[in-house]
Amino acid sequence: MGNNIKRLAAAAVALGVSGTLAACGSSDGGQGSGDSKTVTLVSHDSWAASKDVMAAFEKQSGYKVRVLKDGDAGQAVNKAILTKDNPQGDVLFGVDNTLLSRALDNGLFQSYEAKGSDRIKAEYRVDQDKHRVTPVDTGDICVNYDKKYFADHELEPPKSFDDLVKPQYKNLLVTENASASSPGLGFLLGTAAKYGDSGWEGYWTKLKANGVKVVDGWEQAYNEEFSGSAGGKKAKGDRPLVVSYASSPPAEVVFADPRPGTAPTGVAEGTCFRQVEYAGLLSNAKNTKGGKALLDFLVGKRFQEDMPMNMFVYPVREGVQVPPEFVKYGPQAKDPETMDPAKIADHRDQWVKSWTSLVLK
Amino acid sequence: MPVAFFAVFFAYPVAAIVARGLKADGTWHLGRIGEVLAQSDVRHVLWFTTWQAFVSTALTLIVALPGAYVFARFHFPGKQVLRAVVTVPFVLPTVVVGTAFLALVGRGGLLDELWGVRLDTTVWAILLAHVFFNYAVVVRTVGGLWAQLDPRQEEAARMLGASPLRAWRQVTLPALAPAVAAAALMVFLFTFTSFGVVQILGGPTFSTLEVEIYRQTSEIFDLSTAAVLTLIQFVAVGAILALHAWTVRRRETALRLVDASVTARRPRGAGQRALLGGVLVTVAVLLVLPLAVLVQRSLGAPGFGYYRALTSEDGGFFLVPPIEAIGNSLSYAVAATIIAVVIGSLAAVALTRRDAGRFVRGFDALLMLPLGVSAVTVGFGFLISLDEPPLDLRSSWILVPLAQALVGVPFVVRTMLPVLRAVDVRLREAASVLGASPWRVWREVDLPIVRRALLIAAGFAFAVSLGEFGATVFIARPDRPTLPVAVARLLGRPGDLNYGQAMALSTILMMVCAVALLVLERLRTDRTGEF
Repeated sequence: MGNNIKRLAAAAVALGVSGTLAACGSSDGGQGSGDSKTVTLVSHDSWAASKDVMAAFEKQSGYKVRVLKDGDAGQAVNKAILTKDNPQGDVLFGVDNTLLSRALDNGLFQSYEAKGSDRIKAEYRVDQDKHRVTPVDTGDICVNYDKKYFADHELEPPKSFDDLVKPQYKNLLVTENASASSPGLGFLLGTAAKYGDSGWEGYWTKLKANGVKVVDGWEQAYNEEFSGSAGGKKAKGDRPLVVSYASSPPAEVVFADPRPGTAPTGVAEGTCFRQVEYAGLLSNAKNTKGGKALLDFLVGKRFQEDMPMNMFVYPVREGVQVPPEFVKYGPQAKDPETMDPAKIADHRDQWVKSWTSLVLK
Repeated sequence: MPVAFFAVFFAYPVAAIVARGLKADGTWHLGRIGEVLAQSDVRHVLWFTTWQAFVSTALTLIVALPGAYVFARFHFPGKQVLRAVVTVPFVLPTVVVGTAFLALVGRGGLLDELWGVRLDTTVWAILLAHVFFNYAVVVRTVGGLWAQLDPRQEEAARMLGASPLRAWRQVTLPALAPAVAAAALMVFLFTFTSFGVVQILGGPTFSTLEVEIYRQTSEIFDLSTAAVLTLIQFVAVGAILALHAWTVRRRETALRLVDASVTARRPRGAGQRALLGGVLVTVAVLLVLPLAVLVQRSLGAPGFGYYRALTSEDGGFFLVPPIEAIGNSLSYAVAATIIAVVIGSLAAVALTRRDAGRFVRGFDALLMLPLGVSAVTVGFGFLISLDEPPLDLRSSWILVPLAQALVGVPFVVRTMLPVLRAVDVRLREAASVLGASPWRVWREVDLPIVRRALLIAAGFAFAVSLGEFGATVFIARPDRPTLPVAVARLLGRPGDLNYGQAMALSTILMMVCAVALLVLERLRTDRTGEF
């Protein structure tokens, strides 16, 4: 679409519609984003931070933070790419390693090395020459198991990808659609990392024969199908294995009233895939100064310490205290599967396509 | 002006997003169309979309035609209320309907507890939900005409020795056929483009074109495939609408009708009473039960706990207490109604002018297109096309009512058109001969006649705007959610309290819709178009 058409359309509207609309009340459009005292953070629906922490940033920096939550992680990134010539905000938080290349290839971010990025653990750093994104948090996607089920059936819970295809675990696992859900995609990438480009399809053929169930999203898998979560118990879920996060067991403890002494669920250590979430300064951001200050804040100690209990993720900064619940009920996996974002970029779409026709059709 | 409105807020955004998908480096890549069509999973989606629409339409006709007869021919207590009740599903957002059906036929649902029957992730849940949605379309379209057919024609045939079946087949059916065809085509259109129902009830295995467009755009970010699918859907919907416009025109010209109030009477005899009973049971099981399940689940916490929870602000997830969504929804819907009524009646007036040529009549069908175009396409289109002054509306509140008005306008046009066409031209001519200015002619001749239709059109536009979900979810600002958007967000979060609040908000939404529709029933005239 050329600009001429845009202008033509604008003229048509100015002539025709504006008269009517003016009668509908005053417009509060244009609020915020152009104003240099406001910095706009675009994120996904899971964004959460403590009020006092955000207030402290506003007070210390002098900027007011406006948060724009835009669907799930994939949608937020896609929308940001579509609107990159005239972005809706200054900073985007929530692009993860599975989508990173899509964001970088589309020129979504401009370079900025956040103050304090030297304190970020080396294993999470990417794009070291251009500094277009800053790592903010990390988490592991792992199979969770229902402790009670395995105790009742006197069965060892599975420990590895290999275990999941064994006959004693037939019809026990529920996972998510890899084309629609980020834990679903993470699990698929985990198997691809483990079994290689040529081996993962064979693994999934076996997994399918062993009765894996696929549902569309994490909510449905975890809160309806899984028998170990609070939601799943209510919904009479009947699958004792689910693809979720390593931080799900502590969440089951923290959000229960009264808090149980141990987590009702556990993590199969050998089934984990590491996810890292990044933030970056959007190209064409209107308030670059504010955006930079916000990025500095996201990797700062205060925010990094506040983050785990709000979004159930782990900090990326060295020397940050992790809440005791995390240490006790949901330690990070020791040796998770990982994959280079560039490799994910090259294969993601093709893998998802093959996976879809292999498992869903 | 209606043309400008549609050009700017519909054609332009949709064209922009399609162009983004199919145009690279300044040239069009139309070869993509062939490539996409050659993929077997795309053909699979096309096939599923088509056959489920056929089956849904057939099922809806089978279930709803007796209902149309009963509403047309019988008087019974509570008829007005019931007519409003059967229309509630039609204007409810699909997220709510999907959830209600899950509560009914899913695991731990009513059927599961009673008989251990589960229909979720089967195609039956989708088909049933489609019947639930579109029952009202058939009852209102076919029933509206049936009520005005002169029963004496059929009686005359009986008198002349025809069997009841033959009299019905040879007298009533031909007269009714265009209305049935129009209703069937509308149902086909709605089920062909079904989104929320299929997404929630179908699981990852079932996918209609509309769902696939959503997945390609929003999840896989394959804009060129999405653009091709959008074009395919466009062509299909265009064909359905052209067929529909043709049947509607036949209907408007061919019949002599009587006042509906004289054709209905109390049911007589065992057979008629059984028919009435059967229809009432169908309505109770198919339409009222899912709605009742919603209400029941919303009351799951003691002392209206879920309703009280709606007023509290919870941490960072919701920026405002969910209860504020009611106020947002109402004010957006009022603005959308004003826009829809202004645009829709201007379009209807233009369409009834006697010098209206073929071009204008084509526009009639064009006005219905927004009903059949993927909301996600419109939503993304708004996002990338309305971003420069003076059209930088992305952060403006007006964007939401504009998108909602797009779906409201077709209803306004369809309601106003028959009434406007019925205004005798000679009345206007007489008035102007007697020296009345055009404005005065309109005020004193047209307005009194169309006033009721205008109110009904406004009411329908209001109810539809209230329930609009697909496009709103894309453009609503996070701190100003509408009711359906808030329901969807609550459903997307784990935990008992969130689920309960979603049910409570759905119940509130349902009540608001029901009240609006009940008011409409009071205003109903004899010639109120199809809806």
